[in-house]
Amino acid sequence: MVECHWQDRALVVRLRGELDIGGAQELRAVVDPAWENGEALAMIFDLSGLTFIDSSGLGAILGRYRRVAESGGRTMLVGLPEGMRRQLEMAGLLRLLPLFESCEAALAEGMGK
Amino acid sequence: MNRMCLSFLNRSENVGLARVAVAAFAAGGEFTVSDLEEIKVAVSEAVTNAVVHAYGTADGEVTVRCELGDGRLVIEVEDKGQGIADVEQARTASFSTDPERLGLGFVFLESFSDQLVVESTVGVGTRVKMVKLYRTGVEGE
Repeated sequence: MVECHWQDRALVVRLRGELDIGGAQELRAVVDPAWENGEALAMIFDLSGLTFIDSSGLGAILGRYRRVAESGGRTMLVGLPEGMRRQLEMAGLLRLLPLFESCEAALAEGMGK
Repeated sequence: MNRMCLSFLNRSENVGLARVAVAAFAAGGEFTVSDLEEIKVAVSEAVTNAVVHAYGTADGEVTVRCELGDGRLVIEVEDKGQGIADVEQARTASFSTDPERLGLGFVFLESFSDQLVVESTVGVGTRVKMVKLYRTGVEGE
């Protein structure tokens, strides 16, 4: 399940449950219009509610990172469940996207406040 | 020795069904919780490959067979689709025909299983065989 809301010019995307090929389709459908219709400086993925992720889900996050970077924005991760660290490391996401413990920390530190 | 077989249409919503069914089946073996999580990732990657690539936009059947016993779980994911022309290239990291996909499906498959065999014939189909061995007493690794 994908939910997003605006907070301090960041689009906060909360991911819950299993992010596989089906979840990746939902992620694109929910997040892309929200990003394009807003004036955000950053996108924050809150992963704390995830119970599963595979390369399809990781690919969807990476795809959003690329879109955000193209428009000059920054993408951040928060709340990485420990059991999923290996997948994110293998996909190289932890080299590309800064990881914070909480959304508040990402907003405070990641947006340069 | 225990066995199971599951067949379903190449729809994305069936990927979750396949990995949950295999994980539940594997729970009858001596796997750790992290082993079961790795099995779920491996099944998800293999079934996603079949769903995305095997039949194009047409309907087609994907079959998952499992055998549990003798200290291991054997999983086979088979389709009767278009096949892979160059299996070695497909197994290479970051080979993907879709910019939204990482091209890491086979890399994840290799990493999350103890043995991996991919057999494919163009016009006939693809069979991915994975073996996961029991690693008793190493919970959390």
